[in-house]
Amino acid sequence: MNKFMSIFRRESAVIPVVSIIIGLLLGALIMLIGGYDPLLAYESLVIKIFGSSYDFGEALRSIVPLVMCGLAVGIAFRAGLFNIGVDGQIIMGSLGALIVGTKLSLPPLLHAIVAVIFGAILGGLWGALVGYIKAKRGINEVITSIMFNFIALYFSHYMIRTFMPQAGTQRSAMIEESASIQIGWLTQLMGGARIHWGFLLTILAVIFYHIYLNRTKWGYELRAVGLNPDAAEYAGMKVSNVMVRTMFISGVFGGLVGTFEVLGVFKYIAINSVTSGLGFDGIAVALLGGNTALGVLLSGMLIGALTYGSQGMSFGAEVPGEIIRMVIGFIIFFVAAPGIVKLFFRPLTNKMKKKV
Amino acid sequence: MDIISNLINGTLVFSTAFIFAALGGLISERSGVINIGLEGFMVSGAFFSAIIAYYAETAGLGGLSPWLGVIGAFVFTAIFSSIHAVATIRFKANQVVSGVVINILAASSTFFLVKLIFEGSAESPLLTTVFHKFRIPFLSDIPFIGNAFFNNYPTTYIAIAFVIVIYFIIYRTAVGLRLRAVGEHPGAADTVGVKVNRMRYMAVILSGSIAALGGATIVLTSNGNFAFNTISGQGYIALAAVIFGKWNPIGAMLASLFFGLAQAVKDQLQIFEFAARIPNEFFYMLPYVLTMLVLIGAVGKARAPKALGEPYEVGKR
Repeated sequence: MNKFMSIFRRESAVIPVVSIIIGLLLGALIMLIGGYDPLLAYESLVIKIFGSSYDFGEALRSIVPLVMCGLAVGIAFRAGLFNIGVDGQIIMGSLGALIVGTKLSLPPLLHAIVAVIFGAILGGLWGALVGYIKAKRGINEVITSIMFNFIALYFSHYMIRTFMPQAGTQRSAMIEESASIQIGWLTQLMGGARIHWGFLLTILAVIFYHIYLNRTKWGYELRAVGLNPDAAEYAGMKVSNVMVRTMFISGVFGGLVGTFEVLGVFKYIAINSVTSGLGFDGIAVALLGGNTALGVLLSGMLIGALTYGSQGMSFGAEVPGEIIRMVIGFIIFFVAAPGIVKLFFRPLTNKMKKKV
Repeated sequence: MDIISNLINGTLVFSTAFIFAALGGLISERSGVINIGLEGFMVSGAFFSAIIAYYAETAGLGGLSPWLGVIGAFVFTAIFSSIHAVATIRFKANQVVSGVVINILAASSTFFLVKLIFEGSAESPLLTTVFHKFRIPFLSDIPFIGNAFFNNYPTTYIAIAFVIVIYFIIYRTAVGLRLRAVGEHPGAADTVGVKVNRMRYMAVILSGSIAALGGATIVLTSNGNFAFNTISGQGYIALAAVIFGKWNPIGAMLASLFFGLAQAVKDQLQIFEFAARIPNEFFYMLPYVLTMLVLIGAVGKARAPKALGEPYEVGKR
């Protein structure tokens, strides 16, 4: 019995899992109220993910940005920073990749590498700027991030329209084929699913995240600042340096998302009136994963798969896919307020206490 | 002269939604609860006003229907914002995260409901009865000033009235004093008998409802219906207006007017040849760039309520 109860106290794993279950159940309830068949809906969601090698590949592809965004938000979280600006960093990254991809002519492999690096650095600098303004001027990073998202959005529109337009369309020109990071043979093998080298880089990023945070001096400083910036300062750490450095890394993760999308998936940037919103999903991923490398990987896989699978729901069960966004919202909500989840347990744990 | 008069008028039109949302955000933050969910509450307001006004219209209520839309947006968003209140106050959830959830839930659930109600359509039907500009008798006949200030949508006049009333409440009444105390030093407020959490519940729920009026304004004056991109980021601008305006109703209004001006300028300046050569994107960017410049230049003066972001626990003094 004690062993069983101790599982309940290991909130790090139990709360997210229970939150996911309650979130899915709530989603089902809403579908029932709306007059839909939740079982059929969830079934078509699963079929959409695993139904064909193409769908499976595309599901994997849509997991990549979510894991990366989760890492971006997560590393900032660990330093006590709330990076709500990943969307902007993604845009700057994609813009960097687009510039190199369309304007330079380099041999195939080199071209792609330069484009990825340039995009990552641009995203990193965009993030570092937020950290710098926070460190030097004390301005809340949330507000700076939001402003920077919009600035990046319109700046990218301007750059695309002025320097890289595709005549007669609302999008940029295509990148040179030499800058593509798509894995041709794997794409063919998976029925055209856009699998790219970013997949491998994402796995490396997860490993980097773990080692950086837990095995390096900088990672130790980062965690110390996150736990108590005053104490860290008193212990001789340069808190402002840590902030800028962390936001740079966070921005690099975001920038990589943009480069992957441009170089590996779409090959162009569409001029949208709104940001992708991936950065906000990253908040969900980071939170659900407890800001640990493994947690972010797992929750990124879950949310990415749910999001991709939701596209199948309207076909299979005529349920609008937005329901999955609601489910994701519920899940973060429960993870953020574990007290609510414990309420569900209260009758259960009380009964157990009586028996004991 | 006409251009300036039109510019002022346009500024007021664009600013109204920001003023409502910023006032909402301000009330919540003054009580110590961060409200990133302004965007979501505006979406909620836009949705409910569109739906309710639509049904009122089809029921034959005519000119009454936009007013019912406004009231409906206010009332129903109160229910929605109590989610944020309960999560942050009762369950002490991270206030920023809860706000992000509000934004996700608002966007997804309204879009889901629109599809559900209108059988798969991505937007609500266009309303035929919306608010029209209202000329205030006599005052609107004054040259220049009349057209600029006294020929506007009823929502604009209401928004200005809200600014004055809320300013008065916050700085001149006992309730306002308590609200400020709760946001600055909840422990001390508790000691003198202010019910900290009750105050915060009131502030957060009212916050969402007032922000919803901003969403309703957009639907019932300029857009005429609700779609997934009706709000598209205006709640975040309002959030900037709260901070820009230093958590003061007058300041928030001025900041909102400033953001509205940036939009109106874009419309009016295109008449001039020199402005036509400036890319549109720079006008879109203007409010955000200026906000950053002002924030960077004026740090230290924009001081947030002291207890902002901290859940209150009894005995913490």
